[in-house]
Amino acid sequence: MVKEIERAGIPVVHVCTVTPISMTVGANRIVPAVAIPHPLGNPALEAGEEKALRRKLVEKALGALTTEVDGQTIFE
Amino acid sequence: MIKVVHYINQFFANIGGEEKADYPVELRKGEVVGPGMALMQAFGGEAEIIGTIVCGDSYFNENIEKTKNEILEMVKEMAPDVFIAGPAFNAGRYGVACGTLAAAVKEELEIPAVTGMYVENPGADMFKTKVYMISTKNSAAGMRDAVKKIAPLALKLAKGETIGASVQEGYMPNGVRVNFFEEKRGSKRAVEMLVKKLSGKPFETEFAMPDFDRVEPNPAVKDLANTKVALVTSGGIVPKGNPDHIESSSASHYGEYDIDGVFDLTSETYETAHGGYDPVYANDDSDRVLPVDVLRDMEKEGIIGKLHNKFYTTTGNGTAVASAKAFAAEFSQKLVEDGVGAVILTST
Amino acid sequence: MRLEMGHIYIKDIQFATESKIEDGVLYVSEEALKAVALEDEKLKSVSFDIAKPGESVRITPVKDVIEPRVKVEGRGGIFPGVIAKVDTVGSGKTYALKGMAVVTAGKIVGFQEGIIDMTGPGADYTPFSKTLNLVMVAEPVEDIKPHDYEAAVRFAGFRVAVYLGELARNLQPDEVKVYETLTIKEGILKYPDLPRVAYVQMLQSQGLLHDTYVYGVDAKKIVPTIMSPTEIMDGAIVSGNCVSACDKNPTYVHQNNPVIEDLFAEHGKTLNFVCQIITNENVYLADKMRSSDWTAKICKMLDLDGVIVSQEGFGNPDTDLIMNCKKIEAEGVKTVIITDEYAGRDGKSQSLADADAAADAVVTGGNANQVVILPPMDKVIGTLAYVNKIAGASEETLRADGSLEVEIQVITGATNETGFGYLSAR
Repeated sequence: MVKEIERAGIPVVHVCTVTPISMTVGANRIVPAVAIPHPLGNPALEAGEEKALRRKLVEKALGALTTEVDGQTIFE
Repeated sequence: MIKVVHYINQFFANIGGEEKADYPVELRKGEVVGPGMALMQAFGGEAEIIGTIVCGDSYFNENIEKTKNEILEMVKEMAPDVFIAGPAFNAGRYGVACGTLAAAVKEELEIPAVTGMYVENPGADMFKTKVYMISTKNSAAGMRDAVKKIAPLALKLAKGETIGASVQEGYMPNGVRVNFFEEKRGSKRAVEMLVKKLSGKPFETEFAMPDFDRVEPNPAVKDLANTKVALVTSGGIVPKGNPDHIESSSASHYGEYDIDGVFDLTSETYETAHGGYDPVYANDDSDRVLPVDVLRDMEKEGIIGKLHNKFYTTTGNGTAVASAKAFAAEFSQKLVEDGVGAVILTST
Repeated sequence: MRLEMGHIYIKDIQFATESKIEDGVLYVSEEALKAVALEDEKLKSVSFDIAKPGESVRITPVKDVIEPRVKVEGRGGIFPGVIAKVDTVGSGKTYALKGMAVVTAGKIVGFQEGIIDMTGPGADYTPFSKTLNLVMVAEPVEDIKPHDYEAAVRFAGFRVAVYLGELARNLQPDEVKVYETLTIKEGILKYPDLPRVAYVQMLQSQGLLHDTYVYGVDAKKIVPTIMSPTEIMDGAIVSGNCVSACDKNPTYVHQNNPVIEDLFAEHGKTLNFVCQIITNENVYLADKMRSSDWTAKICKMLDLDGVIVSQEGFGNPDTDLIMNCKKIEAEGVKTVIITDEYAGRDGKSQSLADADAAADAVVTGGNANQVVILPPMDKVIGTLAYVNKIAGASEETLRADGSLEVEIQVITGATNETGFGYLSAR
């Protein structure tokens, strides 16, 4: 899916946990997520903390979108 | 003498066609039935069929687990040196039965097994990487050819001999690369391949490219504060109740949902249709997969121009690459038309 | 350009007091050979040995394999820019000593430099178990740097080959073959209906001990260019690499490039063999981009219909291969690529480091990771240092019974990517 979005001309960031698969699949901007069942959350945290964590990840994703890349890049 | 157990369906056992497809599983000890005769001939006295298992195709496929276990018991008891299923040619349910059984005998009983079928038989893609599968013609008219390949491969397997490359033995490529010496040197093969390619004739590559295609990254987003950002997920987030019935696995379609006025995904309003991971956390708070809440905040703060009022969703697990590609190609066009300038795709 | 190749078949090699070729027997004076080899002061000592097909002999570590040739008529001499003066070669008349080779050996890098077994399972994988081999083992002077040693051995091998080739100058060849390509315009007029085909050869140019030389120029410093396919037969391209010997081209393979040979066999029949295009495999991305851009551009400018692309090596050169293929196909020129695979010992891993849908016609030299057991040989021609290294340092490789458990990538030419051998994989 990520490649088709890219092919359509829209910059796309793939937020996912298993980044090697994302690399194989061919995503160009990759942001590692928290865990498979809750990529942008952590149920162990309090609601406020969890949202802050999610905000951080989304900021990282937006950061990736505003960064020029020369090929597949993982934004650690 | 090498001992062989053979599996065939009701049709090849001469019991009947579709009307007898519910014929239950049956063991014929000491009997050689139908295609078994041709196999025996091809063994040339090196092996014998010590029993034939017969089962109707519908019966097998409607009771897969149960029938498989019954048949495994039968095979285990007869303890053959090799198990042969089929060949199934282009009979779909027969192919699935042959593949299931040959793979199970090999994996669970650790007895070598071989089957055969037509390359487009659904059983082929399901099992060709799990067990040696001879590539046959699409109808029983190809029996002679099939037996000519199945019998020698079965003998080799029974004797524990080295198995050659797929082109030598006649099995379908199974993802394991095997070396062998060709009759012509590589350069000659290359020249012949090029001449065929230039004249538009069919040619066979010696190494099929994996699906590795790459897309050049698009330029970065310049002005985030004036960009419309869309959310897409393969995590299967859908409105509560899954109104479009997106499958939990091997999805056949994607969902497009309006989030105009939605500021937070709650357990009352959204859930996941994904069957590949523990759904508790996503069902509890779908923002953990699709971060609508945070993006709404950032929209309000002017960090992003706008959160697109639609999101696209499907389930990633078991979904064929080709389907996922088709879905994305379609909704990407909609995103373009709607003036979306950046996408966050989340996966579980 | 038209080249007449005279083949002189060598049936036996013997040491003698005087060097000469008589009735297909090559007699060589060891003293004379030593004098030729030791012209370079970087070499301290050198020894020669003969290995024949079927003998229980292992040659290792192999540096290069060279076929002796002599330029009888026409411009230039063998190995222009290296041994002979720079002049455009590839026309006139050349004689080659067939059925034999000069093999240079010596411990330069270590274990990966190549093994040639003259008998047993290893012999099946190397083309040089079928040739009569005159093996030169050279010892360097003290404290020499590896690349100086490498160059010294390389040049000594060429000098010895040229010395032997000269012995054939006044002989009558047993067989004569004529290779001729036409100029662009002549070709179009003569073969208006045949597809225009070229051979794109990628040359290993990854740096120290991984280089190739074209008329003496380091191939990493070239930009892609065109050559007459006969130039290479006079030694226009020589090997300077030997690491991971299975898919590196010894000089012998350049001299007898099989793609060129087999394209000539179809020349004027099913295709018009226009030219050879050479390019490199450099370590910088910008070089890879430029070189592949240029090969595609040259294919387009020559109005080609098809090309065969051969790789040399593996890993990052897979990217060069795919770039070449993709860009040439994008110009509407059909490609067949020749590569080899690193699919793991079990054959289950990803074979290539890069891939593209445009590469729909692939010839493979096989999986280089395949393991073979090489039984002990009665005699090892090589350096003791190497034997010690293998005995002491690698217990897994050297087994209790003296046999070696190795991947076929250590065998010289095992998975050659010019299609020199018969090995393949599915």
